[in-house]
Amino acid sequence: MTEVAVVGFAQSPVGVRDDSTTSGVEMLVPIFGQVYAQTGLTRRDIGFWCSGSSDYLAGRAFSFVQAVDAIGAVPPIMESHVEMDGAWALYEAWVKILTGEADIALAYGFGKASGAELRKVLALQLDPYLLAPLWPDSVSVAALQARLGIEAGRWTEKDMAQVAARSRAAAVANPSAQVAGEVSIEDLLARPYVADPLRAHDCAPVGDGAAVVILASAERARELCDRPAWITWFGHRAESAALGARDLVTLAPLGPPDGPPPDVAELHAPFTHQEIILREALGIGGTTDVNPSGGALVANPMFAAGLARLGCAAQAIMTGRADSALGHATSGPLLQQNLVCTMEAQ
Amino acid sequence: MEIAFDYTRSLGPVLGQFMTGLRDQRILGARAADGRVHAPPFEYDPVTASPPGELLEVGPGGTVVSWTWLPEPLDGQPLNDQAALNDPAALNDLAAQPRPFGWALIRLDGADTAMLHAVDPGPAGPAGMRTGMRVWPRWAAHRVGSIRDIACFAPDEPTPEAPAPAAGDTVSDNTAPDHAAPVTMTITPVRLRYLHTASPAESAYLRGLAEGRLLGQRCPACGQVYIPSRGTCPADGVPTDAEVELPDTGTITTFSVVNVGYPGQQVTPPYVAAAILLDGADIAFQHLILGCDPADVHMGMRVRAVWRPREQWTRHADTISHFTPSGEPDAPYESYGRHI
Ligand SMILES: [Zn+2]
Repeated sequence: MTEVAVVGFAQSPVGVRDDSTTSGVEMLVPIFGQVYAQTGLTRRDIGFWCSGSSDYLAGRAFSFVQAVDAIGAVPPIMESHVEMDGAWALYEAWVKILTGEADIALAYGFGKASGAELRKVLALQLDPYLLAPLWPDSVSVAALQARLGIEAGRWTEKDMAQVAARSRAAAVANPSAQVAGEVSIEDLLARPYVADPLRAHDCAPVGDGAAVVILASAERARELCDRPAWITWFGHRAESAALGARDLVTLAPLGPPDGPPPDVAELHAPFTHQEIILREALGIGGTTDVNPSGGALVANPMFAAGLARLGCAAQAIMTGRADSALGHATSGPLLQQNLVCTMEAQ
Repeated sequence: MEIAFDYTRSLGPVLGQFMTGLRDQRILGARAADGRVHAPPFEYDPVTASPPGELLEVGPGGTVVSWTWLPEPLDGQPLNDQAALNDPAALNDLAAQPRPFGWALIRLDGADTAMLHAVDPGPAGPAGMRTGMRVWPRWAAHRVGSIRDIACFAPDEPTPEAPAPAAGDTVSDNTAPDHAAPVTMTITPVRLRYLHTASPAESAYLRGLAEGRLLGQRCPACGQVYIPSRGTCPADGVPTDAEVELPDTGTITTFSVVNVGYPGQQVTPPYVAAAILLDGADIAFQHLILGCDPADVHMGMRVRAVWRPREQWTRHADTISHFTPSGEPDAPYESYGRHI
């Protein structure tokens, strides 16, 4: 099988970006420049482009077409789009290289959530007959999941606060983070509920941002990157959309069927208790450094945060900090869809 | 900006029965091949993928298996739906005071799965919520075959003498006739608010409008001039940073005569929407053509901007009211042909 590697990654700062529109262009142009500089590539070297974004979030039709301004589409390009996190765009790009239709592919994701009513927008990804008409907002729905786990003895509010505190402490070294710093568990637990049992620190901050990853085939990867992150496995699982009919606190095993645990794992958990669910489903124990970036709890740009997890995992290999890494992205309510990519140095 | 749309969906055989049941104050479930009863019902058995057999009635009582409390509810959620409250007094009330409520996963009696809905615990508030609490549906006064025919669940058990009261309901309009036709469609109004941010390039354009100027930008790579600028050359993907001021005259590259009315229309048909290439620009933009018979509008026609009175100039696109024929001879096709 054709080998494929990540050879470049960049992400924008995440926050309420008054300088950026819902087209994503203002956030994308600088990070495209960064990955071109990392790899020595120009836009004309990219054989396939794929983006992840959402018109519901942007509040305008075909917002992903406007984002193409950031590419420069003359002469014509081969381009695709997913109405999902950019991690799924990366998956499509990976397949494109495997089929031999492209040697180099670029996946990007972007979202400007600060101008939208995000909690209501996300209600529209629920069942359109039985759930969405009630507008169950994303935080409330996550709270139902968190309580199920607490009352089943799977985790406590303190466990959840520990996830938040560790994420924020890790984010001090992450220039893209929206929140960072040392916090005490006691202080966190003294704060009010946003949706009992969730407090503000249990929920990812709302911010705007973008991320980009470049993939290359084996023939090209070594010339573009000193230490490419070779993709060894991709897995994708989707759970039932009927929230009341599935086990909300346990996922079927998500990771590769065998092999040692990765040195680094970047998990896309927009809520603290979801990181605990994901660690269990991936069988990640003590030796793996989980979310050294701080993860989605410190920066969760919609439709880019999952791609950024895969990118951060690859970056750990490209910079020599790790020999093996796992990136995870989620989409849909309550970890409904999960994409896992493992990578290693050669 | 507020965007609203009524999604109209057909229900199919299973959800059609379920929604018809709700209209008639009955909650239906489906038994799967493994014996488990799903409420709401599945359309296809999660194990065998077969459609369910005859639906069976569950509830109406149920048990809370998980819950949360929302101290700051959002507009449109149960108990906080401004559009659903026709009573102006209630509306004022709500605007002043959103009504906190609980969300819960509720396992209805006779079912093995849970249903997500709202719970109103009454004056007890969040202290009245707990896992294991018993709840019953509070039916909406006007039921149409929708998940919102259940206004919410509440911990007051209905007695045979006093059936469950319908929310906000004083007249006995709460028993739909049994012979009413089955429900086959459902309408879900969606209403979302967005705060759009103008990019630096768009801001420069809008500020120019307020001064009666038309400002575009030139691409440093290909030299093309874009108005309004999007900040980046779509051909080259590089930022456009050189500002260019353009005249308010141009050429119609293509056009459409609008004869059809639609909700929210600003101008009475017939009228002309045209793509106008300003002199010196490399991309056309769309505006209205007024001040002539629509039948006289044609490609290559020369037009000029009609600005609103000076005191009405703002950072808004409607500072230019419309374009109108300038009376100059037509532009030759070669001068605009590649911009169509
Ligand atoms: Zn250009």
